[in-house]
Amino acid sequence: MLQVKNVCKSYRSNKVLNDVSFQIQQGECLGLIGGSGSGKSTLAKLILGLDQSDRGQITLNGIDFQCLKGTELRKARRHVQVVFQDPTASLNPKLPVWKSVIESLENYPDVVPSFLKDVRNDKKQMAEILLEKVGLNKSLLERYPHQLSGGQRQRAAIARGISLQPSLLICDEPTSSLDVSIQAQILNLLKELREEFNMSYLFISHDMAAVRYICERMAVLKEGMLVDLFLSEDLFSKRRHPYTRRLVEAAAEN
Amino acid sequence: MKVSHILQKKPYFPSLVRINSKPITMFGLFSLSIFILITIIGPFLVPNDPFTANMAERLAPPSLTYPFGTDHMGRCIFSRLIIGSQTTLGITALVIATVILIGIPLGLLSGYVGGRFDSFVMRLADGLTALPEFILAIAIAGFLGPSLTNLMISVVLVKWISYTRVVRGIILLEREKEYVLAAKVGGCPTWKIITRHLLPQIISPVLVLATLDVGKVILIISSLSYLGLGAKPPEPEWGAMLNDGRPYFQTIPELMFYPGMAIFILVLSCNLIGEGLRDKLDIKSI
Repeated sequence: MLQVKNVCKSYRSNKVLNDVSFQIQQGECLGLIGGSGSGKSTLAKLILGLDQSDRGQITLNGIDFQCLKGTELRKARRHVQVVFQDPTASLNPKLPVWKSVIESLENYPDVVPSFLKDVRNDKKQMAEILLEKVGLNKSLLERYPHQLSGGQRQRAAIARGISLQPSLLICDEPTSSLDVSIQAQILNLLKELREEFNMSYLFISHDMAAVRYICERMAVLKEGMLVDLFLSEDLFSKRRHPYTRRLVEAAAEN
Repeated sequence: MKVSHILQKKPYFPSLVRINSKPITMFGLFSLSIFILITIIGPFLVPNDPFTANMAERLAPPSLTYPFGTDHMGRCIFSRLIIGSQTTLGITALVIATVILIGIPLGLLSGYVGGRFDSFVMRLADGLTALPEFILAIAIAGFLGPSLTNLMISVVLVKWISYTRVVRGIILLEREKEYVLAAKVGGCPTWKIITRHLLPQIISPVLVLATLDVGKVILIISSLSYLGLGAKPPEPEWGAMLNDGRPYFQTIPELMFYPGMAIFILVLSCNLIGEGLRDKLDIKSI
């Protein structure tokens, strides 16, 4: 479904991504692991169409994002949505939660997700259903982001991410700014939602345990190169790349 | 998850109710309201016609007919002060409004669109700030010739720069934030990102900048009028009245004292309000 082929990206003379290729199948969750500065977030931006790659192809359902502009890009974009790391920064502080949550639905009036069929014309009700899907009480609808806890904010951000029923949801370290007990809840929520909507995830993280818990396959990015790509159950296999093994050891020590 | 984020209650929409904590800010607010009130009901208050010269009564001391005495042309100083507030406050309000209307769109475009437009606007701003604000205003006003319109034009030409810079700076910061990226991914067209997500972020800083600027603008207008580059006689304007009283400074200092005090108190109250707003809205960059 998502195909990333030989993608390269540099900022000035700094090579951030070097010849990265992988695929994600419908309904599959691919974990992308790497240290800070390994190019994870750049890759996410390229897939989201927020930036252009220097070389290579990124196709989603056969459509190449890179050569689209304006309205075309906007149309294609609805199939891929995002949940960012910091839920504080990812919600507009001056909008009540429900407006942030249904904003994408306002932008694509012709998109009717299956779970919103009956209420597509009622904004408040759509927001209510979306919040319910992510386990938030509808009493939070009118709240502003600063009146919510970190976990609640991240749930709201996830609600916005699934509102268009995208085929791919990019989770850019969705749990790393939350505390441990909330992390598990968010992971479980993401897992449930994926099963319910048959979405694919690109799950970016440096948390091995989280990735292993939620993903079928893992990819390891090191200094912009994809060094390892394997099934999650093979994480401890002897055939792993030395860098992967180092990451596993480091994770075990913590 | 930071506890401080939950507990923190930022004022999202500045309102006068929210700046009531500091007595000194309240004083500024109170005295500005009086000035505004005087400006509005001024024409009904004046005891004498501010334009009628009466050489027989020139330089008269305060009396029941002339509460503050008369000037060198025998005109009632009290009446001229009150009518003069219309000129000073009116021009200031007009200048600030124009400057905001120019500064915000320019800053938004500069910050959001970037590229050549941004370079052009910023180089222009750099060029204009090479001279001190006041000198530049004098130069422009002098070049255009003395009149109230030209005075306004010169102040606007000097003042738009800081607004554009502030707005541009905020936009550059905000446009990279994740909520703007998320809005883009969610299919927001550019105009909607600007109006819905970026514009609200700049309202409070611009409001603070504007209130702090009111004092400066009043000073520039009065100074230019004092120099003879603004209001033309016999139009009453505080700066021009200062100038009128200058020859008699040694003998009758009141001629300069009254307009000087009016300017002083007005500028002071505007600055107090501005600083109260700045502290309350927690804006550190201005």
